[in-house]
Amino acid sequence: MQKLDEIQKRLLVEVADLHSVPEGAYNIRANGVSAGRQSTEHIEIVPKTAVSGLEIYIKPGTKNESVHIPVVMTESGLKEVVYNDFYVGDDCDVVIVAGCGIDNCGNQDSQHDGVHRFFVGKNAKIKYVEKHYGSGEGAGKRILNPVTEVYQEKGSTVEMEMVQIKGVDDTERTTKAVLDENAKLIVRERLMTHGKQNAISVYSVELNGKNSNADVVSRSVARDDSYQKFDAKIIGSAACHGHTECDSIIMDNGRILAVPGLEANCIDAELVHEAAIGKIAGEQIIKLMTLGLTENEAEEQIINGFLQ
Amino acid sequence: MLELKDLSFSVTVNGQNKDIIKHVDLTVPKSSLVVITGPNGGGKSTTAKLIMGIEKSTGGKILFNGEDITDKTITERAKLGIAFAFQQPVRFKGIKVIDLLRIASGRRLSTAGACAYLSEVGLCAGDYIGRDIDSSLSGGELKRIEIATVLARNPLLSIFDEPEAGIDLWSFQNLIEAFTRMRRTIKDSSILIISHQERILEIADEIIVIKDGTIDRQGRKEDILPEITGTSAALVNCRAAEKKGD
Repeated sequence: MQKLDEIQKRLLVEVADLHSVPEGAYNIRANGVSAGRQSTEHIEIVPKTAVSGLEIYIKPGTKNESVHIPVVMTESGLKEVVYNDFYVGDDCDVVIVAGCGIDNCGNQDSQHDGVHRFFVGKNAKIKYVEKHYGSGEGAGKRILNPVTEVYQEKGSTVEMEMVQIKGVDDTERTTKAVLDENAKLIVRERLMTHGKQNAISVYSVELNGKNSNADVVSRSVARDDSYQKFDAKIIGSAACHGHTECDSIIMDNGRILAVPGLEANCIDAELVHEAAIGKIAGEQIIKLMTLGLTENEAEEQIINGFLQ
Repeated sequence: MLELKDLSFSVTVNGQNKDIIKHVDLTVPKSSLVVITGPNGGGKSTTAKLIMGIEKSTGGKILFNGEDITDKTITERAKLGIAFAFQQPVRFKGIKVIDLLRIASGRRLSTAGACAYLSEVGLCAGDYIGRDIDSSLSGGELKRIEIATVLARNPLLSIFDEPEAGIDLWSFQNLIEAFTRMRRTIKDSSILIISHQERILEIADEIIVIKDGTIDRQGRKEDILPEITGTSAALVNCRAAEKKGD
């Protein structure tokens, strides 16, 4: 494996909890090139030839294995679009950890746009974790525009954890999912923006199969002068259950636009949306102050809990 | 020991000044359990909030163990050893029972240590320790967790604002037992309870009746309780209010 510098190692810890080379299949992408790759007996990682990116084949029945494909960028001005396709065989049960960390100390914008497509076989189960992190004092922006597409076959379950807590200046996240019979999608998004950051998150979930089920929940905090838009649409075209929730805290001059959307094309579609935006309840701060915390400590505690 | 000297609190409503607490002098001695009772709207809860610093007094002084704490913040008062159980406990999203007990204790409390506080208020600790303090908990459960957080602070002065409000009969029995135990192990600390309940008045060392923002009467339980039980306006009003679910 190519040697990573200290900043790249720190970014790996932030986005993938990786302190060393992971077990199982992995591909580590550093400044636009692969810094290490490993396939396993059941999981094959093949680089694409026409465009940048990977094809990841997970054999049917693969259980309790993981794939790590983190990306780190430390070169100011680097812009890339990467296409990764995951072919998850029937009856698999695997964990996929992606994520991107950008450290930009220069004055040029650094941008990583990851396009991830998941083709999930029958009764397969995947947990997908994607963390975004930015650092560096340069004037250049750290920009991440992930596109995630999920195609779920009958009886499959996809659990997605999307986290972006710090340092990404601009992000436009687009997530699309199409579910067949008895398929289930669970999304937990956690987002905190600060400074002058912009974050847009757009979901479109199509529940096409009978008894398909989607639960899309976003918890976010907008601080300083940051702006967030959460646009979640669920389209129910069969007897299905869909739930979307946007629960947000605004602080300072933070602004949030929540656009929940439901479309029912079947009499047996049951769709629910919830959205709540507000500042931290004063009584919560007072309660923690009576336990000995200062006002700032109380605020941090409340936000940490909220985004946990 | 807590002393309120000539304490006043007023608010402005529609441009008019309204006195809520009027020149109250009151002492909560060391090693004693004092209950403040009286009709609703008389200023009991406001007095408790003034002591904790949740409301800021507009006149007079508050002394705690001889130190003037009138201008101190809630945090500073908490650090001096004052703890407060809210009448309506606050709910959080993403904060667990054990988190709150750890914050309250101010140390890396072990699970066993946290469980001990929950058992003290009659909760089966294993069922609760990992629960979020949110709307999945009933009013009675929240109330008992609130009291457990006060116990975890190991305070010199514990203030309970209507601990009986919103809890069922079974929980109430547990509550009385918890207070009785606290009274027994009080040592150098003090307990101040705002309450309408006769059973709580019965375990008091002293009773203070606050009415219309002033102290109507105060003294040893043996002297005050017979005066107010059943006949006094205080308890009659209280019971009427309780029936209304206030």
